[in-house]
Amino acid sequence: MSQAVSHKFNVEEVRKDFPILSREVNGKPLVYFDNGATAQKPQSVIDAVSNYYAHENSNIHRGVHTLSQEATTAYEMAREKMQQYISAQHKEEIIFTKGTTDGINLVASSYGRHHIKAGDEVIISAMEHHSNIVPWQMICEEKGAELKIIPINDQGELDMQAYQEMLSPKTKIVSVVHISNTLGTINPVKEIIDLAHQKDIPVLVDGAQSVPHMPIDVQALDADFYTFSLHKMFGPTGVGILYGKKELLESIPPYQGGGDMIKTVTFEKTTYNELPHKFEAGTPNIAGGIGTAAAVDYVNQLDWKAVNEHEKDLLDYATEKLRAVEGIRFIGEAKQKASVISFVIEGIHAYDLGVIMDKMGIAVRTGHHCTQPLMQRFDILGTVRASFAFYNTKAEVDLFMKALERAINMLK
Amino acid sequence: MSSIAERQEEVVEEFSMFDDWMDKYEYLISLGKELPLIDDEKKVEENIIKGCQSRVWLDAELKDGKIHFTADSDAIITKGIIALMIRVLSESSPKEIAESQLHFVDEIGLKEHLSPTRSNGLVSMIKKMKTYGIAFQAKA
Repeated sequence: MSQAVSHKFNVEEVRKDFPILSREVNGKPLVYFDNGATAQKPQSVIDAVSNYYAHENSNIHRGVHTLSQEATTAYEMAREKMQQYISAQHKEEIIFTKGTTDGINLVASSYGRHHIKAGDEVIISAMEHHSNIVPWQMICEEKGAELKIIPINDQGELDMQAYQEMLSPKTKIVSVVHISNTLGTINPVKEIIDLAHQKDIPVLVDGAQSVPHMPIDVQALDADFYTFSLHKMFGPTGVGILYGKKELLESIPPYQGGGDMIKTVTFEKTTYNELPHKFEAGTPNIAGGIGTAAAVDYVNQLDWKAVNEHEKDLLDYATEKLRAVEGIRFIGEAKQKASVISFVIEGIHAYDLGVIMDKMGIAVRTGHHCTQPLMQRFDILGTVRASFAFYNTKAEVDLFMKALERAINMLK
Repeated sequence: MSSIAERQEEVVEEFSMFDDWMDKYEYLISLGKELPLIDDEKKVEENIIKGCQSRVWLDAELKDGKIHFTADSDAIITKGIIALMIRVLSESSPKEIAESQLHFVDEIGLKEHLSPTRSNGLVSMIKKMKTYGIAFQAKA
């Protein structure tokens, strides 16, 4: 089922899989261009979650009764599907988390506490989301380590030369974003990883924005850690994945203590469970896990080549149209770019544009997109961001343009 | 001088003339544009209310037993709502401001702007206006 024959990409057909896309907002057909914040869910994911609660709901892993065994099987099946989807070598390298932020915090806390000492360095980039800044700041502060920032150019691309020079024996980990949520830049993560590995430095990749746009092969990338959220991959909210190489995950201590992560507990000494359970304390988001399996099935049947052509088409079409808008400044013009467009319009506040466009049924995101240091880099307070998924259309871009022009006229 | 309650009624009546959102927002935008600028020396750090989306500056002075508010925002729609807030609350006694029940934003269909998810600084601004009312009661 998961390896179903890919059908020719037809956006109108694909849209039928997503019930929310046919609703109206403020009396207008919804144009959902906020996919960078969260993606919409196909009916199959909604059904899987609802079916779990209606027919299988039960706690997993230690129940002897039928329901518990069914739920456990379904949950562990999701882990296997994810393992295959991202080409991980072992099933136990797939850790269920609450989301990307949780995955980064896990690594910063467990790996950081174990490996980072005073005087060490952690490398991140200037385009990181706050969730890939703050956890590192916290551990660096605790340990007396230093956070180093890979600079970017005016197009929003990493300065790879500077990165290379930054890598040193003091560097304990590199943590970078695969695709920038604000700029859309697709970073050369393979190169980043290879350079770090030359000096035996592990790399964590924040894949929050990459999973909706491409399949990931963690072994081809040779990533040490790779983390993302299912809700951006057309799956349920509140569940994410942390992939980690087995030997690395085995070498670091648990993140949180509680049920499921233990082997034996006495008041004197607790021994920890094996991977992946060692990092999964407490009852997990079982429905989320089961929805994950449905999301993987869904993306597996996509013809990614066709999806990417369609998204590139949308990006080019919208960029071209926007270029004609008076006073526009694009924030993020990398050569390698996902279907994300951030911009500001001279003399008009992004918030005002967002409010007026919402009245016309257009959902875009405005503000700093949780990347305040990046805003400071471009000397702006915020942008309007339109982020496309494969179910968006050129007709929607036309509606978006009409709404934008109308909003600009009102606000000028 | 009219009371806060009377001025709220005036605003509600004014907005009842608009039958579509465009007219309403155009009016709001024009109010935002007309709001007198706050003095630059009052655009200081302690007067700033940082919302996630837009920033608001608020200053208050006590003159002859009445509070005089001046405010500003970098977003024009936020500023339009600020203009309404000032019209309703400014030039009232500290006691009246501290005890005021603001219902007009709801009634003119702009409640969404006071939702915490908007994070535009308005909710904190109203709180701060009332706090000035309480603080100045001691002085008045």
